[in-house]
Amino acid sequence: MNQVIRLMPFVLMTLVSLLSSPVTAQSPVPYTPVTAERLLQPEADNWLMYRRTYDGWGYSPLDQINTKNVATLAPSWTFSTGVEEGHQSPPIVNNGVMFITTPKNQVLALDAKSGEILWRYRRELPEDLFQLHPTNRGIALYGDKVFLATVDAHLLALNAKTGEVVWDQTVENYLTGYYMTLAPLVARGKVMVGVSGGELGIRGFIQAFDAETGKPVWKTHTVPGPGEKGHDTWPGETWKTGAVSIWVTGTYDPQLNLAYWGTGNPGPFLSEVRRGDNLYANSVIALDADTGEIKAHHQYHWNDAWDWDEVSAPLLLDVKRPGKSFKALVHAGRNGYLWLLERHADKITFVDATPFVHQNVFTKLDPETGRPSYDPQRIFGVGKRAEFCPSLSGGKTWPPAAYNPQTGYLYIPANENLCSALTGKQETYTAGQLYMGVDFSDIEFVPRPEAKQHIGELQAWDLNAGKKAWTVKFKSHNWGPVLTTGGGLVFMGGTNDRYFRAFDAKTGKQLWQQRTNSGVVGVPTTYQIDGVQYIAVQSGWGVDAQRVQEFLDKAWGVKTFIPQGGVLWVFALRK
Amino acid sequence: MPRAENQLEESTNAHPCAECCTSRLVSRRTVLKSALGLGVSLHFASIAESAETDPKKLRPQIGDIFLFSAGAHQGQVVTLNNLPEGGPPAFAYPLDPKTQTLRDGSRLNRVLLVHLAQAALTDPTRAVAAEGVVGYSAICPHTGCDVSGWQADTQHLICPCHTSTFDPKDRARVVGGPAPRSLPLLPLQIADGKVTVAGAFSARVGAEQK
Repeated sequence: MNQVIRLMPFVLMTLVSLLSSPVTAQSPVPYTPVTAERLLQPEADNWLMYRRTYDGWGYSPLDQINTKNVATLAPSWTFSTGVEEGHQSPPIVNNGVMFITTPKNQVLALDAKSGEILWRYRRELPEDLFQLHPTNRGIALYGDKVFLATVDAHLLALNAKTGEVVWDQTVENYLTGYYMTLAPLVARGKVMVGVSGGELGIRGFIQAFDAETGKPVWKTHTVPGPGEKGHDTWPGETWKTGAVSIWVTGTYDPQLNLAYWGTGNPGPFLSEVRRGDNLYANSVIALDADTGEIKAHHQYHWNDAWDWDEVSAPLLLDVKRPGKSFKALVHAGRNGYLWLLERHADKITFVDATPFVHQNVFTKLDPETGRPSYDPQRIFGVGKRAEFCPSLSGGKTWPPAAYNPQTGYLYIPANENLCSALTGKQETYTAGQLYMGVDFSDIEFVPRPEAKQHIGELQAWDLNAGKKAWTVKFKSHNWGPVLTTGGGLVFMGGTNDRYFRAFDAKTGKQLWQQRTNSGVVGVPTTYQIDGVQYIAVQSGWGVDAQRVQEFLDKAWGVKTFIPQGGVLWVFALRK
Repeated sequence: MPRAENQLEESTNAHPCAECCTSRLVSRRTVLKSALGLGVSLHFASIAESAETDPKKLRPQIGDIFLFSAGAHQGQVVTLNNLPEGGPPAFAYPLDPKTQTLRDGSRLNRVLLVHLAQAALTDPTRAVAAEGVVGYSAICPHTGCDVSGWQADTQHLICPCHTSTFDPKDRARVVGGPAPRSLPLLPLQIADGKVTVAGAFSARVGAEQK
């Protein structure tokens, strides 16, 4: 106690001196406001939103770093975040200022050229927070503000120049299982976010807030309530705890003014307690960005029993097929199928779907609607164990795919040869607690014999031809988000051996690799300052990648050590 | 105090905002928390926690008994007889028997009670157990999830969030997964057949604040 008391004046003096110091970021970099026009047509040098452009491509036209010289790519500077767990957020860059986020909702503003820190925001999270997914997937920019969706279900606007909180809006009550991990989507002066908590019996929604004031503008539930279209796909009261989380940022078609969101699985996992299609679970939904009205949807699969959240928003691109060119929605599903849909102002139509990993649940797809039929042996129940492929983590989960308009290829970070088994149990809902209908000890990962050779893949698909162009295989499972560039390159980490790699976008040939501090589960980005192109990515293994590694280790009777702790890596060509 | 100086230097570089600092100065409790961040001893945790005045949020107190918070016995008093020997564990909240105050005002008060064979316990664990019943915080020190999984063959407690695994036979030490430390231990005794609190949690309850 004496020690404590003696320290108290010191603590107070410290705080007072900090308070009295000028609140300037002392930034050598002037800040350029982000306008609606800049979001629609970002400069080649910048990376202003989650996937750089609204269409979700994860593509930059920058080509200084290219197939000919990428072998000389080398670290330019690094930055240690001081935080463990999954570092999944992209370095967002606006005219020389970089923003990254880390688990625990830390935001860092850095000089994107020198690596000098400009400001740091650290959130004091509630001590009784239940963090199933200790991560954050990035910020959004608009005007002179930085928007952050927090793991205790708040939406914050920070001053981009200082990191000060401009407004703080409670989106939901974290004590009832709601949280947020996604980077917000900004369109037409509104900030859109969606909630997670599907394992805790939430009722999902997407909500828009006024970017200037933080005032709520609209709110659309992903589980329809009484009187709403689709409500009858939920028996009894099940809609109240129907889950359908929103995990990842939506894409946006400015011509149609529609925001496309991928939706999570229905809750609980145990499908027999919620017989029905369970709209809008495992779907893409198209929301009017001004009103939140659901204008169209396509459900990839109904009455899910495999935890196959279709978390990723579809990529928006044009596809040419014989006799037909159309505006497509492309989605590499957690259910292991690559979905090709056509988007319209008032509907989404099915074009085709092909399995891109081994899938043994769907017996056929309706050729008109794409609705799958199921093998009943692959559906678990109370006391009934069922094995199914792909695993709970699916063919591809949250790490985003990328599209390169030069090659016309879609690049999918996939996992093959991994299956799961579940056994159900009756469960009663308690607010804020896990509500899955599955006991933890009854969740299994079942690697196929081929998994010893490889699990992770990077696949390139020629969407016009409707076939796979090439595959790169990795011994490790793969959690790597994909970046592709005008330099004819594809960048991805994701494996448990800590490498970050570059591939030839045309052939898949590996051209460069860098071993990092930890496993790379961050979204890579690229930008250019003063004529120098940089590649940036966070390395910090954790969350689902860590969890699946534990399951794999258990299945194989081994222990794999992957160090944690986040570091931002920034690369440039060696001079 | 080298750690404190390092922290100060780091904070200065970070250009913290004035608003944050203002709000921090307002609350005495947050100042205490800041001091904690400066590496001051764990004594602060007990001060901060004892500053809690809401009896429903108070950590378990000596003499408290328990009510099952889930399962077939939900709402009933936990006794030696209704805890199955060998597991699985039961979730419970402490109850002040004098005032009948159930301390469920914070989920950090959730306790895991496991009835194990006395011979299976390590000596230090047996010393704080009550006839084979051991008590631990149900909150994982990794990211704060409920440790609700049970591996019957090894008698291990497992957190379903990130598979942190604890051995309740040996002070809930970490035997797998990312948890940075053991589950805080709650000393128990049996009084009138009821499982009863015999001491304070051995460590701060909840996730790491780093």
